[in-house]
Amino acid sequence: MKIQSTEITDTFAEAFKMSAARIIVTAESDYWAMAAAQSVTGFATSVIGCRCEAGIEKKLSSNETPDQRPGVSVLLFANSAKGVGNRLVERIGQCVMTCPTTACYNGLEDADESIAVGEKLRYFGDGYQASKVLNDRKMWRIPVMEGEFLMDNAFGAQAAVGGGNLLFLGKELSSTLKAAEAAAKAMRQVPNIILPMPGGVVRSGSKPGSRYKALPASTNDAFCPTLRGSAPKTELRDDETCVLEIVIDGLDESSVADAMRRGMHAAVAAGGEGLARITAGNYGGNLGQYHIGLHPLL
Amino acid sequence: MKLSLHTPPEVPLEAEIISPTSLSGLSEAEVSALMLHHGNRKEALGEFFTVSGKMNGRLEVEGDLSFVKLLGRDMAGGEMIIEGNVSGHLGAGMRGGHIIVNGNVQDWTGEDMTGGTITVNGNAGHMVGSGVRGAEQGMQGGQIFVHGNCKNETGGAMRRGLIVIGGNSGDFTGLNMVAGTVIVLGEMGIRTGASMKRGSVISMKPARMIPTFSYSCTYKPTFLRFYLNYLRELGFEIDDAWLTGNYQRWCGDAMALNKGEILLFQP
Repeated sequence: MKIQSTEITDTFAEAFKMSAARIIVTAESDYWAMAAAQSVTGFATSVIGCRCEAGIEKKLSSNETPDQRPGVSVLLFANSAKGVGNRLVERIGQCVMTCPTTACYNGLEDADESIAVGEKLRYFGDGYQASKVLNDRKMWRIPVMEGEFLMDNAFGAQAAVGGGNLLFLGKELSSTLKAAEAAAKAMRQVPNIILPMPGGVVRSGSKPGSRYKALPASTNDAFCPTLRGSAPKTELRDDETCVLEIVIDGLDESSVADAMRRGMHAAVAAGGEGLARITAGNYGGNLGQYHIGLHPLL
Repeated sequence: MKLSLHTPPEVPLEAEIISPTSLSGLSEAEVSALMLHHGNRKEALGEFFTVSGKMNGRLEVEGDLSFVKLLGRDMAGGEMIIEGNVSGHLGAGMRGGHIIVNGNVQDWTGEDMTGGTITVNGNAGHMVGSGVRGAEQGMQGGQIFVHGNCKNETGGAMRRGLIVIGGNSGDFTGLNMVAGTVIVLGEMGIRTGASMKRGSVISMKPARMIPTFSYSCTYKPTFLRFYLNYLRELGFEIDDAWLTGNYQRWCGDAMALNKGEILLFQP
């Protein structure tokens, strides 16, 4: 199948079952809400090395947030609800509570599981913390040097989909970058998903395992153009000299699929003839619970 | 079901059986035959009320109930709508459901309640949400909304829950308070928060502090936005400035645990 001059491989992205939380960070201004959101989603590109994947879902206006202040919606993914809870305690404690004027709320009210987060972080208050319960919503007021940090006692965690992906195979760097950037921009418009990699795009795609026993993953040599002559196998054709990938995590499979569909169309439009092919990463269908075919999306 | 007062009692009528919970499953005749204490005598409910309709979780009571005490006692669910003024101990020990009074209530509204909601579209007497004399705890949950004024010792020894007074409160608001939240949109009387351990008393008007409260700071308490927005939804008049404005925070009572707070809006 082709869209304009770009071939779409008849394959699928193999995605995995994960657990996710949505947190709403608010502050006195957009600036501080975004500062906290960027901090709380830092070093969260891959569960392989970061123990979670996180990203900014969208900016929220003051009439969309629980306390009617400017805010940012953040999604965080880990391999289990317990992992989500642990990461939230670490990250909200170190990256949101520390940020001036912020507050932090649960953004998944009907989630499968409830995780104690404020219940643990409240101890920072050293006995001066105070709870407030309004209509079954329990919040903690933790005194800080600038005033009070307000956060929900519990956060929801729900089953989610991690590792949806697209691979953009270009004839040269410039058009491949343009394609990936445009795809990432289009995909960010889809609710319920994040692109956890820097700028939404990753160049160091990985394969499972390594010749070094300590490493759970290593470079995806079959897609490295510099290894075309030395790796045992290459997935690249002669005119494909640059590969960029977009990883998508979402609260449900349909959102991930919708993002992939939009991403492919945007990439083709931006990459032009320089974008030779779009494909997706999988492990033969043996590892992931979700198989999102590219052709059915178009 | 509807209970209409046809013969006002001459002395207090102890009507603790009048609640959707107590009358559930009873016919008109059975309800009429229920016995109440009228002063020191027992008399049938039908001697005072005309009973009509079936119980379906909603109970209407109408008339001048100024001598009818303990309405809604131990109520666990359903809705009770009262048209008229009510005597004391309304909703005592209430666990759930909603009592709405379109009139005034006397003392001890919501005494010892642990859940549910009481809405008074009028004024209230003394001891709203308080514990009885000598009790370690007052209200332990639920919500009381008084759209008018109330008298003294609102929230006395309350441990959990929310009390909102749309008008003014009397003296000793939050006396002996253990925890929970009292919001007074109008003015409070003197000696607010005396002997309180924890909890919040919040007012939109200036108030005189007792000497055992210490001024902490003036700041913007984010949590208050949740309460004020909720109250606006319930029909209280909430000024936009209260949502975003500054509040003085006073800590006390130093004679007790010193972890209580009084928040006063700063125009």
